[in-house]
Amino acid sequence: MRATVLNIEDAVVSYREDIALRGVSLKVKSEEFVGIIGPNGAGKTTLLTIVNGLGKLLSGRVWVLGDYLTLSNSHSLRKKVGYVPQVENIDPRMPMNVREVVMIGRYGLLGLLRKPGKHDWEIVDEMLELVGMTHLAQRPIGHLSGGEQQRVAIARCLAQEPELFLLDEPTASLDWKAQTEILELVKRIHDSRRLTTLFVTHDLSCLPVACDRVVLMKEGLIWSEGSPNELLTDGNLSRLYDMPISVVEKRRRETILV
Amino acid sequence: MDLSIFGYQFMQNAILSAFLGGIACATVGVFVVLMHMPFIGVCMAHAAFAGALLGLWLGFNPLVGAFTFSLLSAAIIGPLADRGELSPETSLGVIFSLMLGLAFLFMGLMPGTKSGALELLWGSILTNTRSDIIFLGIVTIVVVGLVFVFYKEIQATIFHRDMALSVGLPATLILYGVLFLTGATITASLRSIGGLLIFSLILNPAAAAYQLTYSMKRMFLLSAGFGVLSGWTGLLISYLFNIPSGATIVVTSSVIFMIAAIFSPKRKVKGWQEKQVSEE
Repeated sequence: MRATVLNIEDAVVSYREDIALRGVSLKVKSEEFVGIIGPNGAGKTTLLTIVNGLGKLLSGRVWVLGDYLTLSNSHSLRKKVGYVPQVENIDPRMPMNVREVVMIGRYGLLGLLRKPGKHDWEIVDEMLELVGMTHLAQRPIGHLSGGEQQRVAIARCLAQEPELFLLDEPTASLDWKAQTEILELVKRIHDSRRLTTLFVTHDLSCLPVACDRVVLMKEGLIWSEGSPNELLTDGNLSRLYDMPISVVEKRRRETILV
Repeated sequence: MDLSIFGYQFMQNAILSAFLGGIACATVGVFVVLMHMPFIGVCMAHAAFAGALLGLWLGFNPLVGAFTFSLLSAAIIGPLADRGELSPETSLGVIFSLMLGLAFLFMGLMPGTKSGALELLWGSILTNTRSDIIFLGIVTIVVVGLVFVFYKEIQATIFHRDMALSVGLPATLILYGVLFLTGATITASLRSIGGLLIFSLILNPAAAAYQLTYSMKRMFLLSAGFGVLSGWTGLLISYLFNIPSGATIVVTSSVIFMIAAIFSPKRKVKGWQEKQVSEE
């Protein structure tokens, strides 16, 4: 029996008038790969941000890696939680290269007043190798393509040596080939480094079949959860995305699940 | 050229002020440019100007007024920038115009001659006293020292604030620290460069350095170099042609920016990329 590493209890989050999460509870066990899918605005990203303490709870509790998240311990708990946020446009003239950006992942662990040493750079280079970006290590970060940026973000996250691996739409706005590569990379990393992974996506074709469990979210609630095969039926998806079954069937035939 | 003028105490003070102010302003400028918040800096500079005038009017130390006002404006602006969901430009515009309005209100209410007020508007580096320089020196050492000590935290916060937070860095504290340093730098340089002109000495050297390098460390160094170069060249031109020094310093920094922009390798990002690709 694997230990529980994450326990969200009845979480409610609100941004001004909008309620983003309306009482969500979720338990995740060590080394589990959980796919979280749902339409835009379902609260998927918010769910990830309450796990690393960036999102503020209105009520409920979040237990992460042995402690309840509080304002005072969120800084230290965050160091064990790797978070890959959604891709944003990076200033093409930003004066930082790929290697320096990946090193940011080590900064929290290093703590204040300590500079990165040889060991840290070795880890950074190892992570760049792992995501296949060694050849671009010296390139300014803003010059990379979307898929390359995403690989760098993953390397940065891994340089943190996290126990929890949170990915927010890592395949959004990537072409089909880059999507496939990122999915394979994430799966490989999850297995080889024995991480606990939460993978958020709105795009069904980008849900790795390797998922141990799928969580369907809609309108700030967990709508259903279970194994991918029993849950991802045309009927369920048609209700989740408010689309007729015929459309869902057609869409699913067109996309090949990875 | 008769250079005996540099033997005088007031000129030496001016040279030292230009050196210190150039470094402090240009260092703060790197934050302003890379964190995409030039309007925040403009706003704080005008708030400082208004605060200084309030001090002149009511008879307390103008620098205290300047520092208080620029920090107050930062306290209003900070959360606006912090939320960052909507563009904060509209609110900044309101605060900016309010500060300018207050400045002229205080100036109007002030009895007697307005020469002290005009000095704060245009700056007068040649009348800097020893205590002005000591204050400027302390601020410069604090600014440069903090950048040096917290370089990695600052670098991560500049790159992506949420990401810096998510790896466990106190990025919000760093942001407010940067705003605080900006306020202190503006206050310390106010008398030398002037409330209306100070912002170009913050923005231009950093903007010029931004055109020229892909390394953040080099950007800090280049920016400080351009800041000092602007100050000294401006001072020299001011002396040679007998024109206000604040203006010549600012115009010099603008010229440096234009030259950097023209020769910027970053304007040819596409070409640079293609060159790299063909090398691989």
